[in-house]
Amino acid sequence: MRLLEYQAKSLFAEYNIPIPNGLTSTDITQGRKDAAVLGFPFVIKAQMAVGGRGKAGAIQKCQNADEFELKYPDIMQKVVKGEKTKAILLEKMADIKKELYISLFLNRGKRCYTIIASGEGGVEIESVKNQIIREVGLGNVDAKTAEDVGKQMGLKDKPLTQFVDILQKLAKITIDKEAELAEINPLAVLGDESVVALDGKVIIDDNAMFRHDELRKFQEVSELEERAEKSGFSLVELDGNIAVVGNGAGLVMSTLDMLSDNGGKPACFLDVGGGATTETVYEALTLISKMKKVKGILVNLYGGIVKTTTVATAFIKAYEDKVIDLPVFARMSGAEADKSKEMLKGSRTKMFDTIEEAINAAVIEMNKNG
Amino acid sequence: MVDLFELLIGKEGDKDYKKKPVIVQGITGKFGAFHTQQMLAYGTNIVAGVTPGKGGQKQEGVPIYETMQQAVGATGAKISIIFVPAKFFLSAAVEALESGIKLLIAIPEHVPVKDAMTIVELAKKKDAIVVGPNTPGIIIPGIIKIGIMPAMPFKEGRIAVISRSGTLMYEVSHNLSIANFGQSVCFGIGGDPINGTPLIQAFDTIRDGANIDGIVVVGEIGGDAEEMLAQHIIDTKFDKPVVAYIAGRAAPKEKRMGHAGAIVYGNYGSAESKVSMYAKANVPVAKRPAEVPMLLAGKFEKGRIK
Repeated sequence: MRLLEYQAKSLFAEYNIPIPNGLTSTDITQGRKDAAVLGFPFVIKAQMAVGGRGKAGAIQKCQNADEFELKYPDIMQKVVKGEKTKAILLEKMADIKKELYISLFLNRGKRCYTIIASGEGGVEIESVKNQIIREVGLGNVDAKTAEDVGKQMGLKDKPLTQFVDILQKLAKITIDKEAELAEINPLAVLGDESVVALDGKVIIDDNAMFRHDELRKFQEVSELEERAEKSGFSLVELDGNIAVVGNGAGLVMSTLDMLSDNGGKPACFLDVGGGATTETVYEALTLISKMKKVKGILVNLYGGIVKTTTVATAFIKAYEDKVIDLPVFARMSGAEADKSKEMLKGSRTKMFDTIEEAINAAVIEMNKNG
Repeated sequence: MVDLFELLIGKEGDKDYKKKPVIVQGITGKFGAFHTQQMLAYGTNIVAGVTPGKGGQKQEGVPIYETMQQAVGATGAKISIIFVPAKFFLSAAVEALESGIKLLIAIPEHVPVKDAMTIVELAKKKDAIVVGPNTPGIIIPGIIKIGIMPAMPFKEGRIAVISRSGTLMYEVSHNLSIANFGQSVCFGIGGDPINGTPLIQAFDTIRDGANIDGIVVVGEIGGDAEEMLAQHIIDTKFDKPVVAYIAGRAAPKEKRMGHAGAIVYGNYGSAESKVSMYAKANVPVAKRPAEVPMLLAGKFEKGRIK
């Protein structure tokens, strides 16, 4: 789960990492009240789970009430790289002397947490120069390590002391909240030598959420995603018109790739889990029926243990119950494939021996319908 | 470092050669019970199960113990497979390693990263191999199956398959089998961000096996395991044929594609990054699972001409 900037900053505040004064709203009425409390000038910042907001005009300075009336609605309806504005943060401007970069992230290859720091922050991590990299095991950062990193970044005196404190607190957040990433970019040194977190990005390990009820308030899932999760499925909604269903994340990804290679447009990624039963496949079809853009369904099931007839039963039931009325292109390997084909004869579900054949048929059918 | 094949098969002359004893943790759960039966049917020598509160009973004819200490004490088994729900994984795995288990197959999905890292550290201290979490397990076709994979796709042979994905391991092995490339071992490392046995380690565990002519690496987007492996292949001048597959080329960025580990941040974890590193290591990457045996055949052909 990726926290929005204001959510990350509320964690920072809880751990006494300095942040600028700011207020968050989701409509302009509340926004006006926030503006009155804060006082002009300030920065209007779109809250969305994506980088590059500044360049896209989703962060803008605001000098007075007239500007506010124009800019607030404009930023509210911004879409950057497909991500919509979820809320708006109004924040006091800071007198920035120097921008730094600091993060702790889960280094998968090394299987430990790693600090990345730089005295030249404020740009996206890929462009951050002179990176200082330190492995820190399970995430704990002692004062000496933090001081070494700060010195290497060129900090001294008051900013160095403050940096050491902030880095240690950021490490504590990472450990306490089981974050895969905790990043402050930029971490700013101000005119008065104080150090402040001007932005925040925190990604929490989804699998650890059962230990973090206090973070539930930040969780935002669509109705469909929630339903999928309840059934033990993984669902990612996409832009196309062919729903892609299968058992196993790798297999569904692979099917998505092949469909795209052949000019098909996936509407979703739906992994029903390693096994497949009549109930799970029926539930998957029910979920898909709620996505309006779907015009066809591509199914790739690797049976092995599961009999394909079990799955065929689910399709027949779904048509009978009028859950779906869509063409299905299915590849099911496994026991009793011939019997399944026989069962599905005359229905809108076509069975194929290979996934390549199923994909070809699906793409041709979708193109026919424009 | 303990030897994987010695743990799984043993040496000729051992009285349990090709019959290494295995313990199932969480043997009475629906999933654990079903796969215990499947593994027994394949010929795996399951000697004990553990479910607290059910000690003294039997499941599929296998005696159940209260604790791992009792189960290991009674059987001397060095291998365990875990089926408990993710939130109980940490305590089950600690119990196994503290009881002297040397090969731990961790099936559960959704194990928190922190718990996986804790187990990785403990396994290092105990000189044990952990496979997973979120793995289908390991199979040596015709000899031993410790995992949840169906038996059908696998066939005895001389190709090793290492995979980050369960069903893709079945799919690719199935394609290899019908092309007459049987497998000497199929090793699921798991789809999580932290693996008990990461890709490189899995590769090094099997690379020099006398029964291995070539290696197929089934990967996916997320992390940099494939990039590191490609560099490792270059650095160590590995010269047996290696062919790769990578799932997730069409996946959007910053979306978790089912597996906890299948997520791209910027260029970190992208398919392009992996394919280009593999190209440097002279490892061809298949566009689809069915292409894997063709590329492998091509590699063997080249080897012959050379």
